[in-house]
Amino acid sequence: MAEAKLQETPTEAMIASLDMPQGGWAQAAREDALARVRTMGLPQRRDEYWKFTRPDTLTQAEPVPAAIFDHGDAPLFDDTERLRIVFVDGVFDAEASDDLSLEGVSIDRLAAANSDLHWARDLYGKLEKNGQTPVARPLAALNTAYASDGVLIHVTGTPSKPINLVYHHKSETSDAMLHHVVKLDKGAEVTLLENGPAAARFNTVLEVEVADTARFHHVRAQGRDHERRAATHLFTRLGTESLFKSFTVTVNGAMTRNECVIELTGDDASAHVAGACVGDGDFHHDDTVFITHDAVNCESRQVYKKVLRNGATGVFQGKILVKEGAQKTDGYQISQSLLLDGDSQFLAKPELEIYADDVACSHGSTSGAIDEEALFYLRARGVSHAEATDLLTLAFLAEAVEEIEAEGLREEINGRLSSWLERRSS
Amino acid sequence: MDNMTLKENDGVKEGVDQETVDAVREVGGKYKYGWSTDIEMEYAPKGLTPDIVRLISEKNEEPEWMTEWRLAAYDRWLTKKEPDWAMVDYPEIDFQDQYYYARPKSMAEKPKSLDDVDPKLLDTYKKLGIPLKEQMILAGVEGAEDAPAEGRKVAVDAVFDSVSVGTTFQEELKKAGVIFCSISEAIREHPELVRKYLGSVVPVSDNFYATLNSAVFSDGSFVYVPPGVRCPMELSTYFRINAENTGQFERTLIIADKGSYVSYLEGCTAPQRDESQLHAAVVEIIIEEDAEVKYSTVQNWYPGDENGKGGIYNFVTKRADCRGDRAKVMWTQVETGSAVTWKYPSCILRGDDSQGEFYSIAIANNMQQADTGTKMVHLGKRTKSRIVSKGISAGKAQNTYRGLVSMHPKAKESRNYTQCDSLLIGSECGAHTVPYIEVKNNSSRVEHEATTSKVDDDQMFYCRSRGMDEEEAVALVVNGFCKDVLQALPMEFAMEAQALVAISLEGSVG
Repeated sequence: MAEAKLQETPTEAMIASLDMPQGGWAQAAREDALARVRTMGLPQRRDEYWKFTRPDTLTQAEPVPAAIFDHGDAPLFDDTERLRIVFVDGVFDAEASDDLSLEGVSIDRLAAANSDLHWARDLYGKLEKNGQTPVARPLAALNTAYASDGVLIHVTGTPSKPINLVYHHKSETSDAMLHHVVKLDKGAEVTLLENGPAAARFNTVLEVEVADTARFHHVRAQGRDHERRAATHLFTRLGTESLFKSFTVTVNGAMTRNECVIELTGDDASAHVAGACVGDGDFHHDDTVFITHDAVNCESRQVYKKVLRNGATGVFQGKILVKEGAQKTDGYQISQSLLLDGDSQFLAKPELEIYADDVACSHGSTSGAIDEEALFYLRARGVSHAEATDLLTLAFLAEAVEEIEAEGLREEINGRLSSWLERRSS
Repeated sequence: MDNMTLKENDGVKEGVDQETVDAVREVGGKYKYGWSTDIEMEYAPKGLTPDIVRLISEKNEEPEWMTEWRLAAYDRWLTKKEPDWAMVDYPEIDFQDQYYYARPKSMAEKPKSLDDVDPKLLDTYKKLGIPLKEQMILAGVEGAEDAPAEGRKVAVDAVFDSVSVGTTFQEELKKAGVIFCSISEAIREHPELVRKYLGSVVPVSDNFYATLNSAVFSDGSFVYVPPGVRCPMELSTYFRINAENTGQFERTLIIADKGSYVSYLEGCTAPQRDESQLHAAVVEIIIEEDAEVKYSTVQNWYPGDENGKGGIYNFVTKRADCRGDRAKVMWTQVETGSAVTWKYPSCILRGDDSQGEFYSIAIANNMQQADTGTKMVHLGKRTKSRIVSKGISAGKAQNTYRGLVSMHPKAKESRNYTQCDSLLIGSECGAHTVPYIEVKNNSSRVEHEATTSKVDDDQMFYCRSRGMDEEEAVALVVNGFCKDVLQALPMEFAMEAQALVAISLEGSVG
């Protein structure tokens, strides 16, 4: 093969710019993933799955630099007792992190887990590989091949506090890739928190294997740096009577593509994913969800809300696939956008693909301006225009935030959302 | 249906259920239109070459510009790729193994009057259920024009394989100034209109099948309604594929000038054959200021047998362009036939305050595959659109709704409402929804709702406990599910459609 010719493609240019970590139990999975990337090629503008989002800034070899943004807020989740694991521009910060020992869970770092018999050996890259059909997700395979670090969490019981991955962005040109694996044993329960901008460009994969009757909660706040870019993938597989709940709040960021791939493989399982995003100006936010029902009597719920202004773009691509035999499926999907001015846009493709007859699946999607009547009502009661807009915006986002089960976390997210909105309108 | 049935039905307006039940009994499980007429046919040689294109043009006595137009389309077609994004799966089509032109031999010399029409052809229309009066006119019965019309008047342009065989009510339409004739006649008689509008809504290079159609369309209907005229009757076209291995490529062009109104009905059937047959039509509608067009289709092409053998491949491009302010278009379709359907009647809402509506029932049973929906492109201010789609899957069929709602930045204060419901009967079929929603201004509102469910057990139990058998009960429940769309159909079609709904689902339960 002519090496020089291959390097001309964006995929090969990207591969050439990266260094694969060498040795250890993950090596085989990395090589396998690299082969996948080469077969699939990185996303291109004409790809149907990237119809509404231009992938170039996520796939070019060099990241676009992103200025550091000092928002001056107190760290998120400060009111919650938690175990912190800190990454700065994708590099583990031991000093800022807590001790990794916690009852009911074992935590390792990918870069430091050298034992050949590590439990994650059979999981690393496995759900990502599964999630490559029917739609290719090359950025996730790229991550499996090249992730420099990540956290491996094996949950055996019910740890007393949430695990918090804290991401800081300190270099304007950083390009970080982290790969986390979470394994929940039968009946185990854990809450994973993620917050911060991570890097100028961040590519992350989170694989979560949820055994029978286990429960996984995930609350994520993507960093507020205006110029940061991120491609995130969340892959999960659910066993019988298990529960998966994930909520993401995104405020600012030039480019965000959040993909979520859920497979319900055990009967009576339940998966909820939700997102609230607030975008202003140069903001492109894409939620892409693929839920596969492959068991009986499962429930899935997608709730996505986007508030957009000053030319911001919101994208939603959600799909429910009900396989043959997945009877008694209950699938619900709603995507809504609130456009605060005439320049912003909302692009959606809410899909259903159903091969079982005894199901109840529905999706809804709406887009429009703020309700003038509601605004008038509030104004008539002496509420200022800005305040009324904030109130109605919060009310609009509430259905997504409601998906957070823990009350404390829910209130914290609501509090942050209202303070961010207040500052914006003042 | 004949006039007797019409009258009977008039008496039992509330009794939708009874009609359905009757329809099911009457037809007894077989494709009603599966006979073929034994008429001597004249074919052009198989395959597609510039010579065939020239031949079609020559047979239709077309002027030079038309021949050139077709040949240009043929050249573009060679560069086009067959689309593969729809959720349909069929063996590769050999486009060189088709007849692109076939016409009954008795038409080789154009009939001077309708007396010359082959009686077997008229018989065909009788079986198709074209109302008695039109049959009389088609048969050239003296005084037929003055015979008392039962029910509403419908003018018919029937297309048999590739050739239009006769247009009824020509005189009466002429008095109103309405031009309703075959497209080949229009090309000869009204070239200024055809040249102005043909290909202006669906460009020659629009898509693979539309380009193919532009090169080889052999006939179709042409309608021009002058400014301010309300077309005095409903216009109707019956398409029928009769000859073996022929593709039918009809082209319909409808122009509703300022402030006019026309309602157009299209019915399609095809005989039962083992080989799959190709049908690639193009319908273009131009609606000027304050004009309104209603276009209703009952598509009942042969769907193939239970094992997926035979049937029509229906690849159709239909588009309406609301050019003027306050223009209005309404598409209503009942899609029960065809082995494979690929069809997206669209509305371009260019004029301010223009409106587009799309009502659809798509039923897929046995091995049928339907990928159908609509596009609503909002360009003008305060434009409105409404989509109501009901998909029913049974047997091993796959049924997909695919649609686009696009609000352009300048389409201020526009509105869309979309409702797509799917019903599944049996555990081996599939129902899919693939909507695209693009909103680029904030003063517009877009709402999309979709549900998928099965036939409700309670409703079934209710019907069964009143003595209906399972099949009757399903037909009733499904008719109820489709009610919103059936109500949008003109009277004559609504009756036929209701019966079809029941027939199409035969054998899907038990």
